[in-house]
Amino acid sequence: MQVEGENWFYSDIVKEHFLNPKNFLKDKKDILDFNGYGKVGNVKCGDIMEMWIKIKNDKIIDCKWKTFGCASAIASTSMLSVMLTENGGMKLNDAMKLSGKEITDRLGGLPGIKIHCSVLGDEALREAIKDYQSKNKG
Amino acid sequence: MLKNIVNINTKYFIVDFMKKIDSKKINSKKLKTIYFDNGATTPVRKEVLNVSLPFFLKDYANPSSFHSTGLKAKKALDESRKKIAQILNCEKDEIIFTGSGTESINLAIKGIAFNELINSIKDNRKINGHFITQKTEHDAVLATMKWLEKLGFEITYLGVDKYGLINLKDLKKSIKSNTLLVSIMYANNEIGTIQDLPAISRICKEKKVLFHTDACQGGEYLLLDVKKLGVDLMTLNGSKIYSFKGTGLLYKNKNIKIEPLIHGGGQEFNLRSGTENIAGIVALVKALEIAEKEKIIESKRLTKLRNYFIKKVEKEIPKTKLNGSIENRLPNNINFSFYGIEGESLLLLLNEAGINVSTGSACSSKSLEASHVLMAIGLTHELSHSSIRFSLGYKSTKKEIDYVINTLKESVKKLRLMSPLWEE
Repeated sequence: MQVEGENWFYSDIVKEHFLNPKNFLKDKKDILDFNGYGKVGNVKCGDIMEMWIKIKNDKIIDCKWKTFGCASAIASTSMLSVMLTENGGMKLNDAMKLSGKEITDRLGGLPGIKIHCSVLGDEALREAIKDYQSKNKG
Repeated sequence: MLKNIVNINTKYFIVDFMKKIDSKKINSKKLKTIYFDNGATTPVRKEVLNVSLPFFLKDYANPSSFHSTGLKAKKALDESRKKIAQILNCEKDEIIFTGSGTESINLAIKGIAFNELINSIKDNRKINGHFITQKTEHDAVLATMKWLEKLGFEITYLGVDKYGLINLKDLKKSIKSNTLLVSIMYANNEIGTIQDLPAISRICKEKKVLFHTDACQGGEYLLLDVKKLGVDLMTLNGSKIYSFKGTGLLYKNKNIKIEPLIHGGGQEFNLRSGTENIAGIVALVKALEIAEKEKIIESKRLTKLRNYFIKKVEKEIPKTKLNGSIENRLPNNINFSFYGIEGESLLLLLNEAGINVSTGSACSSKSLEASHVLMAIGLTHELSHSSIRFSLGYKSTKKEIDYVINTLKESVKKLRLMSPLWEE
């Protein structure tokens, strides 16, 4: 879905998540007991994303992030963190399958050229899950 | 009554909807737009609009018509040409009115290229022509040059130093026996760097090659005397000097032969057909007259405001970088990179506070590539993505700047808190 707001380049949901982002990491002390970490992106493209997740009983019960990027990159990371932690937390199996399109849909769509910004979020998530799994083998 | 038959849900919906509209109204009333994007385009001055109105409503005839209404339009056209010739210090028949700065640039560059194209066809030989420009030109020049490469022309794209200035020795060295034209812009649209046109033209004259300059950003503030500048062709437009979009002109020394791009009724000395846009032309003249009159005072005023802005940012916001030069800079241009944050995000936060600016970030461009100007002056990708251009105008005040810098401080802080590239 490709959407542009009337007075704004993005949908109202993107705007809300950009102006009032949820779950971003304000203080490093807040992630001391997190058990999964992922970082993706590069400065050349202008997007870098870091994600910390806390997994308990195969569920993501908490998520923090940091993003360098445009409004849609910030909003999609924020939305992803909400999707992961709502309703008691997302199961790891479901989280592994989460696609950029699901994030974009929850945001009420992104302009066509910005769709790649949401892909970065689910890549960061998978990196974080992989990190957790490698630390918790056997 | 309609009111009685709507169910409760709808009622609530309507109440909610009205509330939303009300809050929007209040917000939009409170939020005054601060327009710091005059480098993109300017508003139209009232005096400029006023001189044009009669040519929409009363004296609307075609200047090619023989009746008295037509003659009135013709007279307005002639007088406009005369006035511009005075400002540019050239002759009347050296001014070609066009539909934009982009069109004037295309006419200058392709007009010369097509000359060579026709000659090569006549002589049954390959195209043999070379153009020189710089990497930091506006796309109107760069895309035109790129297209000429497809026809078989050879193009040199000169690099620039960290301030955005070309090296004159490099220019001299790059001129070849088949060089047809050098095209170097007067002032850069992103970083405001002003090139030394008289020095460039001296080299071009010595080497006997033509020199065109895109002066669109300089029209309001810089010297436009073509003799003193030494240019053979010069592009100006209305949309950057408080006149209409869709208006422009090309100064062309009358000894230079160029081919037209638009064929038809033979207007503008056979170089730009199409019924003349008299309303747009008188507006452009008025805007240039006002610019000429206020140039010195307004440049002084804006330079002072610009330097105040720059100093205040450097003092109040940590880790910033001013892009471009301080000595050779347009009075109204400010371009900063803010470490650790991405330009489009910052632009949108400022927009929320009613402030309009531009960014060199890839995210705001259709190509998703960072500004070619900032890359050419040696910025890293990160800093190119982090850049914001503030371009002041005749309405800009110190009070506005103070508000912008306060908002900027807060917005930069907010985004840095979210950024993985920023450590307090």
